Amino acid sequence: MRRSLPLSAAVTWALLLVSNPAAAAPHTYTVVIDKMKFGPVPEQLHKGDTIVWDNRDMFQHSATDKGVFDLDIGAGKKAVLRLTRVGTFPFVCKYHPGMKGVLKVAP
Amino acid sequence: MTRILPKIFIASLIAAAAPAVAAGAPNDAQIAHIAYTAGNIDIAAAKQALAKSHNAAVRSFANEMVRDHTAVNDKALALVKKLHVTPEDNPTSQALSKGAAAELKKLSSLKDGAFDKAYVNNEVAYHKTVNGALKDTLIPSARNAELKSLLQTGLTLFQEHQAHAEQLAAKLK
Repeated sequence: MRRSLPLSAAVTWALLLVSNPAAAAPHTYTVVIDKMKFGPVPEQLHKGDTIVWDNRDMFQHSATDKGVFDLDIGAGKKAVLRLTRVGTFPFVCKYHPGMKGVLKVAP
Repeated sequence: MTRILPKIFIASLIAAAAPAVAAGAPNDAQIAHIAYTAGNIDIAAAKQALAKSHNAAVRSFANEMVRDHTAVNDKALALVKKLHVTPEDNPTSQALSKGAAAELKKLSSLKDGAFDKAYVNNEVAYHKTVNGALKDTLIPSARNAELKSLLQTGLTLFQEHQAHAEQLAAKLK
């Protein structure tokens, strides 16, 4: 019986770790850009996560929130954005401003 | 003067397209030629702007035109090669080239702010005309699915260019 206690404690602790979102490892998400559009942006973003912008278009694009971030993404190239701030960040392609999206970053 | 330009361009495009329409809709070889010509015209206009303008926003727009239209034209060339289609000259392409040559000549005599305004206003008018032709004639007439898809992407791109040019024109007023 005494031997089973440490095991139970370990299992409980492991469950706590899994169920605590703050302890979750940062995720990497991909946003595809194709045919002059930003693809779906993940809804459950957290500070520390990473967005990989995958430009599958034949045109150069950008992911830009003026004064916050501004990434040029060449045709057929990828660019990486690490989310270091919490908040709502509307972004556009600065070259084609009709291309829009929003990043909502939780703590 | 600049307000008249769209009408002139539209009139010449429609007039030039009439014989082709009378003989049936343009074929894919003619459509490819028109699209390629339209792109080249805008690249030439942008290169003129880069040689003459000192306005950072105008130069940035012109660089974007060179980059985007070159990308579409490269793709179009690769596609016609793949499809074994030889782009075919036609009255619409000729009318576009003629109108563009006149515009380049007119803009060459302008300087500084006057040039910037005339260039950007013409970009608005030109993209509006080409977008109308793409939407109403070229895309519906295209038979090859890949060509149609490329034209549709081109239309989305050129609509963005038109919006960008309109924003720029409003700032230059």
